[in-house]
Amino acid sequence: MEILVATAVGLLTSAGIYLILRQRTFPVILGISLISYAVNIFLFASGRLVVGLPPILRDEAVAYTDPLPQALALTAIVISFGMTALIVMIALSAYLSDNDDRIDMDDVSDLQDNDA
Amino acid sequence: MSHWIILPIVLPALLAPFILMVIRHHLDLQRIFSVAGTVALLGIATGLLAHAATGDITVYELGDWPAPFGIVLVLDRLSGLMVFLTAVLALAVLLYAIWTGWDDRGRHFHALFQFQLMGVLGAFLTGDAFNLFVFFEVLLIASYGLMIHSGGAHRLHAGVQYVAYNLIGSTLFLFALGTIYAVTGTLNMADLAVKVAEMPAEDTALIRVAAVLLLLVFSVKAAVLPLHFWLPGSYGNAPGPVAALFAIMTKVGVYSVLRMYTLVFGPQVEATQGLASNWLIYAALLTVAAGTIGVLGSRRMMRMAAFGTIGSTGTLMVAVSLFTQDTAAAAIYYMIHSTFAAGLMFLVADLVVERQGDSIRPYQPMPHGGTISVLFFAAAIAVAGMPPLSGFVGKLLVLDAARDSAQAVLVWSVILITSFCAILGFARAGSLVFWKSHDDNEPDSEEIADAEVPPDPRAVKLPVAPPRLPFVPAFALLGVLVLLTVFAGPVMTYTGKTAEQLYNPQTYIDTVLKGTGS
Repeated sequence: MEILVATAVGLLTSAGIYLILRQRTFPVILGISLISYAVNIFLFASGRLVVGLPPILRDEAVAYTDPLPQALALTAIVISFGMTALIVMIALSAYLSDNDDRIDMDDVSDLQDNDA
Repeated sequence: MSHWIILPIVLPALLAPFILMVIRHHLDLQRIFSVAGTVALLGIATGLLAHAATGDITVYELGDWPAPFGIVLVLDRLSGLMVFLTAVLALAVLLYAIWTGWDDRGRHFHALFQFQLMGVLGAFLTGDAFNLFVFFEVLLIASYGLMIHSGGAHRLHAGVQYVAYNLIGSTLFLFALGTIYAVTGTLNMADLAVKVAEMPAEDTALIRVAAVLLLLVFSVKAAVLPLHFWLPGSYGNAPGPVAALFAIMTKVGVYSVLRMYTLVFGPQVEATQGLASNWLIYAALLTVAAGTIGVLGSRRMMRMAAFGTIGSTGTLMVAVSLFTQDTAAAAIYYMIHSTFAAGLMFLVADLVVERQGDSIRPYQPMPHGGTISVLFFAAAIAVAGMPPLSGFVGKLLVLDAARDSAQAVLVWSVILITSFCAILGFARAGSLVFWKSHDDNEPDSEEIADAEVPPDPRAVKLPVAPPRLPFVPAFALLGVLVLLTVFAGPVMTYTGKTAEQLYNPQTYIDTVLKGTGS
């Protein structure tokens, strides 16, 4: 199971990095979401992977799974969800106002292309 | 003293939704409440600073959970100082934004402003690494909104870059925190300090990876060289007052490095020995150089101010990355200076942009040109680190503290040469914008006013006379810099004691873990 999770994190991260390096906004946003999925799984795994154990230490329990990483992952999911929604909105309005969804911008065009 | 620590976070956190939901359609009410809130914040911050100055470390346990299990807020000399800095800068910037009417050019300026304050203050006060991440996100998400305030295609494009860059930074932060938790089983900073110090030296690969990842994240925030690319684009395209407020955001990165790399991964800790100190100094020196070259090469006012910020944050990082108590004391003094100097520079740049547009070239003489050129002169002196303002004192302290280090020659030459280049860059910009416009226009000013200079479409169309009130906060920031110079002695005493507290983290650890209660 460790191998499965590790490969998943690795694959998601590498795909995410590849997409982030693209020039258009949409692939970059996709890449960021892929990486945030990867980090959520990674956070989840940081409390060690176990199957079928209670998340709380009880007297009769022989072992338990660490509940804190699950709380951390939950927080991270909420935040990355909100952030992704926000960047989609900003990217959309940038695209609509300028008809251009390149992620890079050069400074020279800052000065000249304004009245276009 | 019990509940005072959490007030700097709770007050903006309550004020922002109130502004957003109840008085959304009443700009005047929003202004009144926002200013009142920020003034109250300044009062609270002054109280906290006075308390921190006694040397006490105060711990506030949220929900009364004892330290390693619950989240704690910690007030020590450094966080008290940072909270105070933020409050002073915020009040000046807010008044400026109101008096120039910037807050009226888009929606929800005041709500976002308060959320931004909440995030910054929380990041300074928290004693928990994951909570630090959460406050980073709070300040970032508010800053995204402020950054694209009043819109425009360019600002939106710059906003997309800014958000994307910071989202990647946040992801790195999470990877670092996950690794730290996997290795140590805790995220409370004081508890981390204990756990990391106890680690056997041969079993530290993972914690070293995490420490470097964390350093990368903070370097993104502080715009240290290979990770500085986001800053000119976003600060240079942000509204002027917002960029001035963002002057505190690079300091959040520096603060976090200072905190984590003295408390958790301090110089005395075997596990992470030499991780940051070996190369951070070179990155920081390159940052200073890059910032200064940017100042020399900028063709727009806001971009020049942004590069000035990179340069001065770089100088600050140089002092931090020498990792000794003396350099930390100098760094903290320079941090106060750099925050206000960068804020002032952005306000002055905005005053110019408001009147004649962003490019650095001669136009016809602008209204209030004389006053603005005085302010620009002072801000340039401050950012470049010339006497008589506090930048000079700060750089002198940094150079003096660096004298004993192995890289002393390098530090001295880089800082002195870049200071010179910064002076050149600012002098060029100042003479083009303020002097050349008089030269060109005196003989045939009417002709030029008619046709020669096309109006910059980004310059905001103003009524006949631009308001004079925005000069008040700008001069107030200048006044703060003068005060910082005049009272350099007492301030240095404070920063010296702060550095001493940072480099003797045992008190901090004991206070947090033993839980003095709330």
